[in-house]
Amino acid sequence: MDFRDYKGVWVFIEQKDEVVASVSLELLGAGRKLADKRGVELAGILIGENVKHLTKTIFEYGADTVYVYDQPIFKHYRTETYMKALLECTEKYKPEIILFGATSTGKDLASAVATDMPTGLTADTTELDVEEETGLLLASRPAFGGNIMATILCKKYRPQMATVRSKVMKALTPQTGRTGKIIEETISLKEEDIRTKVLEIVKETVKKVRIDEADIIVAGGKGLGSFEGFQLIHQLAETLGGAVGASRDVVEAGWIEHAHQVGQTGVTVTPKIYFAIGISGAIQHIVGMKNSGLIIAINKDKEAPIFQACHFGIVGDAFEIVPILIEQFQMALSREKVSNNSKG
Amino acid sequence: MHIVVCIKQVPDTKIIKINPKTNTLDRRSAPAILNPYDAHAVQEAVKIKGKTGGTISVLSMGPPQATAIIKKSIEIGADRGYLITDRAFAGADTLATSYALSKALERIGKELPVDMVICGKHAIDGDTGQVGPGIARRMDIPPVTNVIEVAEVNQEEKTVLIKRKLSNGYELIQSELPCLLTVEKEINQIEYSPMLNMIKAARYEPTIWAVSDLENVDRTQLGLKGSPTIVGKMFTPPRPEGGKRLEGSPDEQVKQLMDVLMEKKDLFTIQPSK
Ligand SMILES: Cc1cc2nc3c(=O)[nH]c(=O)nc-3n(C[C@H](O)[C@H](O)[C@H](O)COP(=O)(O)OP(=O)(O)OC[C@H]3O[C@@H](n4cnc5c(N)ncnc54)[C@H](O)[C@@H]3O)c2cc1C
Ligand SMILES: Cc1cc2nc3c(=O)[nH]c(=O)nc-3n(C[C@H](O)[C@H](O)[C@H](O)COP(=O)(O)OP(=O)(O)OC[C@H]3O[C@@H](n4cnc5c(N)ncnc54)[C@H](O)[C@@H]3O)c2cc1C
Repeated sequence: MDFRDYKGVWVFIEQKDEVVASVSLELLGAGRKLADKRGVELAGILIGENVKHLTKTIFEYGADTVYVYDQPIFKHYRTETYMKALLECTEKYKPEIILFGATSTGKDLASAVATDMPTGLTADTTELDVEEETGLLLASRPAFGGNIMATILCKKYRPQMATVRSKVMKALTPQTGRTGKIIEETISLKEEDIRTKVLEIVKETVKKVRIDEADIIVAGGKGLGSFEGFQLIHQLAETLGGAVGASRDVVEAGWIEHAHQVGQTGVTVTPKIYFAIGISGAIQHIVGMKNSGLIIAINKDKEAPIFQACHFGIVGDAFEIVPILIEQFQMALSREKVSNNSKG
Repeated sequence: MHIVVCIKQVPDTKIIKINPKTNTLDRRSAPAILNPYDAHAVQEAVKIKGKTGGTISVLSMGPPQATAIIKKSIEIGADRGYLITDRAFAGADTLATSYALSKALERIGKELPVDMVICGKHAIDGDTGQVGPGIARRMDIPPVTNVIEVAEVNQEEKTVLIKRKLSNGYELIQSELPCLLTVEKEINQIEYSPMLNMIKAARYEPTIWAVSDLENVDRTQLGLKGSPTIVGKMFTPPRPEGGKRLEGSPDEQVKQLMDVLMEKKDLFTIQPSK
């Protein structure tokens, strides 16, 4: 295998219902940095049916080239079909790096493709870098226990592949009108030869908790003491119009469902404001919220590690501080209301 | 119907504790358990067998002590257990793991053809979720990941109807058999093991294979040698700079915090008063 044959950084573009997944836009941002450092092209690989128009967005977010497979057989994601397209395209154009979102689709596809190539695949990456000279991808992920990060390398194979967690990389500000090269590819696959069929897609009508979409998150930890104590978190969240987050210990105690868990084995969040109340600040928790805009910690132990990870910290008892905060906030809001009303 | 469930022995991270001051792992506190997702995978096999009849085998790659999780699976309702254990498997990444497991599956399939393989969505220690789809590719059978329900198994047509979880719902997939599923925890509830299973498990001796017991094995694809990924440096992530400590009485502290918050007041929904 001659590594010089392999050039360029690729991002697998995940799309659904005619929109590009936000994790793919984030990866274009991260991929741009890697490509620039190496002095190579950044390409998107787009597979689907009626998806060609999405190339516009992909260029605006930083890609130089987009490889497009636009065929009815790709209407729904299926490992078997998408994998074939990706393998064929990779074989033909030989990228040095391919990045995927660590979503269920991205993981499924990347695992299958890496096995066939074969090559190494780093899972759930949270930090990416590349060696300028060698092109060696430095993909770091929280290792078992999570208090340690491990940099995973794939020295002897190309392309190098990684799935990357959503909400940890930053998308570029889109440049309107930025364009690039579209390379259209087709694949000869017969529906009869495919062993899986998507019969139906059922959307959940009840909206599930998606704390990763909230602007404000009030997260509580074991320091709230009990299920009843944890209701204080709900009260503050309601007052501020935010979502409720939790540490793993709280989820395990059964005070709230797993969908609310922030951290390594929960959700990664980047709200504009994050409250960590009665949370000690274990690294597994921090990795899930450290990119929040404004982090406010309330903890009665002044030595708690959370104070190393926040913008503003209050050393105190949650049951004393939070009720005052709720009261003050309600007062402030009603003042706002009054002044808003008098304005118009 | 012959279902093979792949099971992994993992340390119990629920019990493992992190010292928040030093951020180090207290390993002594971690007993080895059956990967929780794999317990659900075995349970699902038991459910399917309840409808179709047949045989459930479990397969694990790991140290000799991993016989414990095979016994555990027999308790849940598996019929046979296989452990592949060999120095040559050590240090495997997911590519080498799926290779070794697929070679064992090949041998199991010779004894009794395999109709379905079930894996957990991921192992709670390695946590990559890459082994299942990897095995499917090596066996050249379709993988269906993130399964939340096996709705129907049609033995005549050799098809299966599966619900695969999506971020906002699910998709209904029809797949040919044999296929490989990876299951979510919500697929079922682990049931109490019948006394008969417990007795069987206590006496059960799993089949143990070394590399030499498997056929056509390319040793260069095993273990550390066969792993394209290597763990480079390990590091403690730098903690973000400590922030501003608010001082004073609780009231004063909250007041300072309010000033900070009100700078962002556009974020807060201010309901128009009636
Ligand atoms: C593999 C693995 C994965 C993990 N993944 C996650 C994850 O995704 N997310 C996660 O959160 N954790 C995760 N953990 C667990 C993590 O290591 C910690 O155990 C957990 O985050 C601690 O939760 P806590 O901060 O709520 O509880 P504790 O560590 O018990 O902290 C409670 C805090 O509350 C403070 N307190 C007590 N009373 C009050 C009061 N009245 N007012 C104010 N403060 C008070 C205490 O000073 C203390 O700092 C993981 C662990 C492992 C091993
Ligand atoms: C710090 C660190 C980081 C790592 N990062 C990577 C990485 O990025 N990429 C990589 O390829 N490898 C990585 N590895 C290696 C990886 O953890 C091992 O290959 C492991 O044996 C399998 O991966 P997993 O635990 O992630 O399994 P998963 O893929 O999460 O397991 C999914 C399912 O596969 C089945 N299964 C998995 N292992 C076995 C087994 N031994 N026996 C039977 N069934 C099994 C089970 O059904 C399980 O539920 C890393 C290892 C370490 C120590």
